Amino acid sequence: MTATLTYSERRVGLALSVLLTLLGFAMAAAARQGVMSVHGFMALALGLGLAVRLGGALYDPPPPRERMQRYDDAPTRFGIAMTLVWAIIGMAAGVWVAALLYWPEATPPWPATSFGRLRPVHTTGIIFGFGGNALIATSFHVLQRSARARLADSVSPWVVLLGYNLFCAWAVTGYLMGSTQSKEYAEAAWYADLWLVVIWITYFALYLRTLARRAEPHIYVANWYYLAFILVVAMLHIVNNLALPVRLTTAESFPVWSGVQDAMVQWWYGHNAVAFFLTAGFLGMLYYFLPVRSGRPIWSYRLSIVSFWGITFFYIWVGSHHLHYTALPYWAQTLGMTFSIMLLVPSWASAGNAIATLNGAWHKVRDDATLRFMFVAAVFYGLSTFEGSFLAIRPVNSLSHYTDWTIGHVHSGTLGWVAMIVFGAIYTLVPQVSGRVDMASPRAVEWHFWLAVTGTLVYVIAMWNAGITQGLMWRTYDANGALSYSFLQSVQAMAPYYLLRTIGGAMFLAGAAICAWNCRATMRAAQGEARDRPLVAQPAE
Amino acid sequence: MSELHNREVDPVTGHDTTGHDWNGIKELNTPFPKLVIWALVLTFAYSVIAWVLLPAWPLGRDYTRGLWALDQDEEAVTGYRALETGRQGWLARFTESDLEELRADAGLMAAAYPAAQRLFGDNCAACHGTAGQGGPGFPVLADATWLWSGEPAEIALTIRHGINAEDPETRYAEMPSFDWMETGDLEALAQFVAGLRDGTADAGSPAATLFSENCASCHGEGGEGGLGVGAPSLTDQAVIYGQDAATVLETLRHGRQGVMPAWTARLSPAEINLLALYVAGLDTAGDEAGQ
Repeated sequence: MTATLTYSERRVGLALSVLLTLLGFAMAAAARQGVMSVHGFMALALGLGLAVRLGGALYDPPPPRERMQRYDDAPTRFGIAMTLVWAIIGMAAGVWVAALLYWPEATPPWPATSFGRLRPVHTTGIIFGFGGNALIATSFHVLQRSARARLADSVSPWVVLLGYNLFCAWAVTGYLMGSTQSKEYAEAAWYADLWLVVIWITYFALYLRTLARRAEPHIYVANWYYLAFILVVAMLHIVNNLALPVRLTTAESFPVWSGVQDAMVQWWYGHNAVAFFLTAGFLGMLYYFLPVRSGRPIWSYRLSIVSFWGITFFYIWVGSHHLHYTALPYWAQTLGMTFSIMLLVPSWASAGNAIATLNGAWHKVRDDATLRFMFVAAVFYGLSTFEGSFLAIRPVNSLSHYTDWTIGHVHSGTLGWVAMIVFGAIYTLVPQVSGRVDMASPRAVEWHFWLAVTGTLVYVIAMWNAGITQGLMWRTYDANGALSYSFLQSVQAMAPYYLLRTIGGAMFLAGAAICAWNCRATMRAAQGEARDRPLVAQPAE
Repeated sequence: MSELHNREVDPVTGHDTTGHDWNGIKELNTPFPKLVIWALVLTFAYSVIAWVLLPAWPLGRDYTRGLWALDQDEEAVTGYRALETGRQGWLARFTESDLEELRADAGLMAAAYPAAQRLFGDNCAACHGTAGQGGPGFPVLADATWLWSGEPAEIALTIRHGINAEDPETRYAEMPSFDWMETGDLEALAQFVAGLRDGTADAGSPAATLFSENCASCHGEGGEGGLGVGAPSLTDQAVIYGQDAATVLETLRHGRQGVMPAWTARLSPAEINLLALYVAGLDTAGDEAGQ
């Protein structure tokens, strides 16, 4: 980290580290005890560690002058490493809680290991830790390459990545200590939310400043998606997390929303987290790495424009489909349902555009596991968006809602689409930023691919069966008007599916572990830096 | 930079590129596919039809009701009523208070049995086990000895008002603490009670005297229970909290006061009667399941 920073940048970094240390100290001192004080000490430790590292290297030799004529890849490498660390944490937590559903009596006797605390560790670890780091890391890479410009400054990428990971660590450790806002995918405490706003604004500013320096006349479509991701996630995060802290010295807070308005805001947030966190940013990834790896032009420029605006316009309306048959007014449910149906068209147009891009490169899909990851991602993107629109139809939802079908649907999206495109991007990007032609072990990529695909299929098919079985058992009446099954019977019927889900998830985790090992080996065997260069060198600040 | 000059024809598809080039990434100028336009038209038509028929758009304090004028509250109530009507043919009979007469009607019991099983599974099985086999802290319902009574009317009373429950008419039962006893006596008594289960208890020992002075009034002279005061049999292998000497000692020292909740707020009188008959039938139907 320090080697690529100039003397003045190291000084700025040192000042920021001292500020973080002071912030951590203030939090710990004000809170005195409990979650907030632990989080204060975590910030303090991170700030101190960074201060020691930067202070110690303050008078080291400055980076070579031609630094400005290169891309800034050090933050990307760090972001990829964090992506893989969080992949292991998040997926291991997922496999663990999946196993607990099959062997509930195996729950250890400590509060921190209860299902209720570990489940958000899984969701936050995967969505924000794994997905978020992958998005930030790849966005830096894609932004610089498609703009042919170096990142606008060398300090803020580190602020974004380190600050973002501090947020993730605060969130996950908070859940283990029993702290939660009780909003799904927005469980982190109020001060962590505020911290994320600061980090996110830095990220947005860095993105725009770099884009403004681009050497290409047009902005590539991948950047529109990344920008939509950054901008809309900021809006969702702020609105859904509006809360009044009980005290400024504790982690507890009250949301400003209540009742059905709270439910609507929560699922407007929840579904658009799927849309703009788990879809838009990853479509940016797809639109960059798929043509790069396949060596093919994007099949249709026009289709990519219409899909982009279709997706951004329709998605914002559909959150209410999470609240069918609830206290939410019928009219809001109808709107959510109809916009979900229309949303299918731009979603499939994107998937189709990606798959048609592979025309002329199918032999590469056959031979190259990395490109196969991206192809499978596009296919699962198409499958899960179709499934999503289908489940949003009110009568269909009456069967699927509250069942494991929802879990199956989410994982067909997150395992099949999001994680697959991340792995495709990682296997393209890691050799490149390590100055190599290929990964350290191409065979391991092949193993990872088949483990991931098999694991996903086992998981998703088990959950489809589980969900439809549950839904039918809950609504079946016999000729005398009595329920045909007790709830307990529907729980007992889940056992084989829950076991299969655990096995599928474990396979997926094994693949991710292979990937982490392979990336580490590749980065350790790096042969210099990425060889491509910005079109126009940046003037020194 | 002139984009037109950069345009080239892609040999695979035959389409030209847009002329944009991002570090090697190009885009084809493929015409907008007609299929996508038709798909948009189709899904939009679906939406318009849904908006016309269903409640859809907000209008200030009101909303468009739709031609079908559906109301989800009404739909829920109507659906529930329809199901309820379907059950009335047999469920209404269970509001009668003469449970023995109901039990004698084999046709009626056969029609109601599946519903009783679901009711038991959804309301009782979590504590008493799916087959009434009980578990640590929860009495067995599938054997022949009862805390209170195996008569359906008495079981119905227990379900209605519970045991030690927050209900003015609840049954009351307490195993008192015998912590005033000497430790040696307590241990001997615990050994004796543990021995009642397998018949190894020595009827001539001092512990037997302690038993007859302190325990027999509730549990019966030989510990056989069944006195209808809420005290379990100590000879039927099914003591609520366990019958090894250590657990018995724990029970003797600290006493027990288990709770069975009152169910009147959740179950209808007919459902309670039906369940009472079902539970009364468990001791014959579930002999195999009892442990």
